[in-house]
Amino acid sequence: MIDQLNWSATIVFVVFFAVVTILGFVASRWKAGDLAQLQEWGLGGRRVGTGSTWFLLGGDLYTAYTVIAVPALVYAVGAYGFFAVPYTIIAYPLVFVTMPRLWSVAHRRGFLTAGDFVSGRYGNKWLELAVAFTGILATMPYIALQLIGMEKVIQALGFQGGGTLGSHLPLTIAFIILALYTYRSGLRAPAMIAFVKDFMIYAFVIAAIIIIPVKLGGYGAIFEAAQQAYDAAQKASDAKGSGATFGLLLKPAQFAAFITVAIGSAMALFMYPHSMTGVLSASSSNAIKRNSILLPAYSLVLGLIALMGFMGHAAGIKVSNPQDVVPQLFLKMFSDANWFVGFVFAAIAIGALVPAAVMSIGAANTFTRNIWRPFVQPNLTGAAEAFLAKLASLVVKVGALLVILFIPAKFAIDFQLLGGVWMIQVFPAVVFGLYTRWFNGWALLAGWAVGMALGTWLSLGAQGVTVTHSVFDLFIAYNGFVSVLANLAVSAVLTLLVPNTSPDTTGREDYESGASVHAAPVRGVAVAARG
Amino acid sequence: MKYAYLIIPCVLALATPFYNTVEPTLFGFPFFYWFLLAMIPVSSAFIYLAYRNEAP
Repeated sequence: MIDQLNWSATIVFVVFFAVVTILGFVASRWKAGDLAQLQEWGLGGRRVGTGSTWFLLGGDLYTAYTVIAVPALVYAVGAYGFFAVPYTIIAYPLVFVTMPRLWSVAHRRGFLTAGDFVSGRYGNKWLELAVAFTGILATMPYIALQLIGMEKVIQALGFQGGGTLGSHLPLTIAFIILALYTYRSGLRAPAMIAFVKDFMIYAFVIAAIIIIPVKLGGYGAIFEAAQQAYDAAQKASDAKGSGATFGLLLKPAQFAAFITVAIGSAMALFMYPHSMTGVLSASSSNAIKRNSILLPAYSLVLGLIALMGFMGHAAGIKVSNPQDVVPQLFLKMFSDANWFVGFVFAAIAIGALVPAAVMSIGAANTFTRNIWRPFVQPNLTGAAEAFLAKLASLVVKVGALLVILFIPAKFAIDFQLLGGVWMIQVFPAVVFGLYTRWFNGWALLAGWAVGMALGTWLSLGAQGVTVTHSVFDLFIAYNGFVSVLANLAVSAVLTLLVPNTSPDTTGREDYESGASVHAAPVRGVAVAARG
Repeated sequence: MKYAYLIIPCVLALATPFYNTVEPTLFGFPFFYWFLLAMIPVSSAFIYLAYRNEAP
C-alpha cells in the first residue's frame, strides 16, 4: 500500500494537514458567538471583515478542483480552457453592482440564503423551494469534485491501496476530520483555514511560474512546445473526423462559445450557496465592494495556474487523464525537492477543504431554511434550526464521499457541468429581484422550470454531457446562457399575463443601507411574513 | 458613470476576436495570453474607479 510512497513529500503533507486540522477545531473560539444559532454557525455571525472575507471568498471560490481542472482543460484543448480568465474578469463588476444590495437586504431582514431572499421578496415558497433545490443539486457534485482534487494529489504521493476502501482510505480519513470540525466550528473553521490555504497557494504558484520556466527554457519554449502538441492533436483528430478543436488560439467558430461560457459562468458563480454564504458573512456591504476590487488577485493566480497546462506539454508529460497533469508536472519538475512537492500537494488538498466546508455549510443553511422550515416544521426554534443545519452539513459531506467511493468520477464531473447550467436559472429571480419587484413569483418559477429543462436537454448529448450546443445552426453557445434567456423570456411574458398579488416583505430602503450601524438583524421577520 | 467604469473591462475581456492573435508577443507569451492576464489588474483598477466615484 505504501511501498512507493514519496516519504519526504508525504511528511510535509501530513504536517500541514495536521496544522489546519487543529486550526479547524480551535476556530470555534474565533470572534466567539453562540454556535447554537444558525447565523453564528452558518454565517460566522456576519462579522467577517474585509480582510478575512478576502481570504474566505478567495479560498472558497478558487477551489482545489480549479487548480486541477483548469490546467487540465488547457492541457487538453489549449486556448479554449482559458475562458476561466475572462469569466473571472467579468464576475467582479457584477459582484460590485449586485452583491452589496443582497447583503443589505439580507442583513436588514435576517436572510441567510438566496431562498430566504426570494421568499421575502416574492412571497412564494415554491419559488423559494426551486431556488433552494437548484442550489443543493448544483453543490453536491461540486463537493464531490473537491474530493477528486484531493485524491489526485494523495495518489500522486505514491499511495496505492487495494479495493474500494483501501484505495480511498486517506481521503476518507481527511474527510471525516473535515466533517467533524465543520460540525463543531461552522463557517469559522474554513474562514480560519483559508488564511493558511491562500498563503500556500500563492507561495507555490509564484515559485512554480518562476522555477518551471527556467527549467524548461522560458515561456517562449513552453508555448512553442504546446503549439506542437496541439498541432499533432489537431491532425490526429482531423484524420478521425471527430470535429474537436485544439490550438494556442481560438478558431472563429469557437468565439461565441468562449464568450457565452465566460458570461454564463460569471452569472452562475455567485448564485451558488457557497458564494452566497461567503458574501453574506461579510461584516458590511462596503467589505463586499472592497473585495470585488481585491479578489481579482486570485484570478491572476488562476490564470497563472492555467499556464501549467502548457508547461505540462513542454515538460513532456503524457497522461491519459488530463487531470493528472498538474501533480505529474510537479513530481517531474521538482524531483530533487520532494519537500516542495509535499508543500504543493498539501496546498491543493487544503484548498479542497475550505470550499468543501463552505459548500456543505451553504447547502445545509439552504436545506434548513428553505426546505425543512417552510415545508416540514414552520415553528422551528433558533437552536433546533442550527442543530438541523449541522446535521445536514454532515449528510451532504457523507453523500459526496459515497459518490466518490462508489460512482465513477466521470459522473461527478458531468453532474458538475450540468450544475453550472442549472445554477444560472435562479439568476433572474435573485439578481433582478434586487432591483425590481416587477416580476411575478409564479412567472419566475415557470421560467426557472423552462430554463432547467431546456438547459438539461441541450446538454445531454450522445457522448455524455457537453455544455455547449449549436443555436439554430448559426453559432455554438453555452447552454446555461441560452436557457437563461429562455427562462427570462418566459418569466417576462407570464408576468404580463398573471396578476401579481403576493406580498413583498422587503422595502426600498432595505437594499440601500450599507452600514452595519442599523438595527441588529431582524431575525424572525422572514418567518413572520410566511405566516 | 459608475456603470461606464464597470462595462469597460467586461467589453475588453469579451472582445475575443480582437485579442485572438499571437503577435505582439511579450516575454514569449502570445498576445492572447498576456492581454487576458494583464486585463485582470486593469479590471480591478476600473472597479476601484467605480468605487471611488460612488463614495460620497
